[in-house]
Amino acid sequence: MTDAIVPKVADPKTVLHGSSPSSVAAADHSEGMSYLERLPKRLVTLYLPLAIILVVLLFPFYWMALTAIKPDEQLLNLEKFNPFWTWNPTLKHIQKLLFETYYPLWLWNTMLVAVCATVLSIIASVLAAYAIVRLRYRGAQWIGGAIFLAYLVPPSILFIPLSSVVFQYGLFDTPFALILTYPTILIPFSTWLLMGYFKTIPFELEECALIDGASRWQILTKIVLPLSIPGLISAFIFCFTLCWNEFIYALTFLSSTQNKTVPVAIVNEFVDGDIYRWGSLMAGALVGSLPLVVLYAFFVEHYVSAMTGAVKE
Amino acid sequence: MADVTLNGTPTTPRARSAWQRLKVNRNWLGLWFMLPAMAFLVLFLAYPLGLGVWISFTDARIGRGGAFVGLENYEWLWDDSVFWLSVFNTLLYTTVASAIKFAVGLYLALLLNENLPFKAILRAVVLIPFIVPTVLSAIAFWWLFDSQFSILSWSLRKLGLISTNIDFLGDVWNARWSVIFANIWRGVPFVAVTLLAGLQTVSPSLYEAATIDGANRWQIFRYITYPLLTPIIAVVMTFSVLFTFTDFQLIWVLTRGGPVNATQLMATLSYQRAILGGHLGEGAAISTAMIPFLLAAILISWFGLQRRKWQHGENND
Repeated sequence: MTDAIVPKVADPKTVLHGSSPSSVAAADHSEGMSYLERLPKRLVTLYLPLAIILVVLLFPFYWMALTAIKPDEQLLNLEKFNPFWTWNPTLKHIQKLLFETYYPLWLWNTMLVAVCATVLSIIASVLAAYAIVRLRYRGAQWIGGAIFLAYLVPPSILFIPLSSVVFQYGLFDTPFALILTYPTILIPFSTWLLMGYFKTIPFELEECALIDGASRWQILTKIVLPLSIPGLISAFIFCFTLCWNEFIYALTFLSSTQNKTVPVAIVNEFVDGDIYRWGSLMAGALVGSLPLVVLYAFFVEHYVSAMTGAVKE
Repeated sequence: MADVTLNGTPTTPRARSAWQRLKVNRNWLGLWFMLPAMAFLVLFLAYPLGLGVWISFTDARIGRGGAFVGLENYEWLWDDSVFWLSVFNTLLYTTVASAIKFAVGLYLALLLNENLPFKAILRAVVLIPFIVPTVLSAIAFWWLFDSQFSILSWSLRKLGLISTNIDFLGDVWNARWSVIFANIWRGVPFVAVTLLAGLQTVSPSLYEAATIDGANRWQIFRYITYPLLTPIIAVVMTFSVLFTFTDFQLIWVLTRGGPVNATQLMATLSYQRAILGGHLGEGAAISTAMIPFLLAAILISWFGLQRRKWQHGENND
């Protein structure tokens, strides 16, 4: 059980809130009333449904990975070979992907766009969140609300006018088209998240610094930011995955093969009607997902706190 | 003395110049701090949003600015059966997928909230479908739904449940259920993990007290868990409905709106008309037509659930 409790307490929000309901709940949640239930009953009501849901959730990935390493002749012959396993895995598809296509270039494009857009958004969000929460300028509440509303504006209703804006600014078919438009999705989210984090930093720390003669900028960089590193990591990871996932802007604003991002490139460049395309398609999907899954594996707690934090505020 | 402490330390009258006063003025500083975020949001969000509504009143095409044509695009759409089909599809897709996502997500959250071994790892694994880019997992589904080599058809055939392969994406209703299933698959982890975070804040002593009072499982859920969870359900479902309604990626990869527009959503239709067909004005009109639906969805899920909360006598914040 402790593995579920520890991250909750390590979360600065709960630590600083002291007696917030979540820490109370976590504290006496060690066993609950589960000792009242016997194993056979738990097996049917708990473990069985959980196992079914997990299998459904994970099977597409297993199938993706398996297809990526299966030799072509086994892929389409379901009768002769057991489709659920292969005894002679091959790296042919992945090799073809990395050395015979633009795939490394697409990976690089995606990475570049994701990192630049995320960094830009985080900088803008830190400043905005700090101003809304701590400077409390006139109308800060309203701006905060407006930023939340901006989060609810979906890309699918913006891509048509944005494409003409991108064209006007001369950004069409350049990485800048994406680097400058992705922040509209990321800034509302990360500002909202960081506002929650900044609120948990005690006012007194800033007052002390103000008395010692620190400027607002110094307070932000030397006190607030170091204290909100977990929040910054959360925002970074979440924004990064959002960028990686984005599709419709990349599909609309990019046209040349070399400039595409992984999701768009896979959909447009690999679908060539070849009956043996599945191996390379699945390899492309697998290699495209791996960076995110690895990143996620390292920062699960940050990711979850970003997701739930933004919803809770 | 009181004056001195109140006004800082005015050693000389001109010590605090206008610039120095400006430097600590909240509104002035606030403006500068807000500038980068506001610049992005105004240039690439607010302006395009307004521009989109404007384009929907013009006959703009790709590469040529349009002239104002009033409501012509909307009148055109009003008589367009494909548009109404896409509205129907979008509503079906959103209601069915959101309802099932909510039910399964809540169920999964309740399961994960039990006293389980390796709980943190389980939660991490559950979230993986949400991490992997939608397009890439949609491609995996495309392969799973292949008409000839689908492993699902193969397994069902081997089990003796069906005699011929299911044409998942070629038949009108099969295609609809297939894309809905893929959407549910992708959305359940988000709903489950956020609701789980809400569940973890409910104190177990409430459950213990209710059990002592003789409440059964359903009563415990209905009168303790659900009321305490409503605020977070409202937010999660607002997001879920919103993103389902405006979904594009999944459909684009799996069916591109086919067969015969059976899975054409408003977002995919507007892409087809505006970008592939070149009729920016018409596409923008379809996008703009989504806005009232979105507002309605937000208001219903928001106020509907908020009012519940007031009825339960909680403090309304």
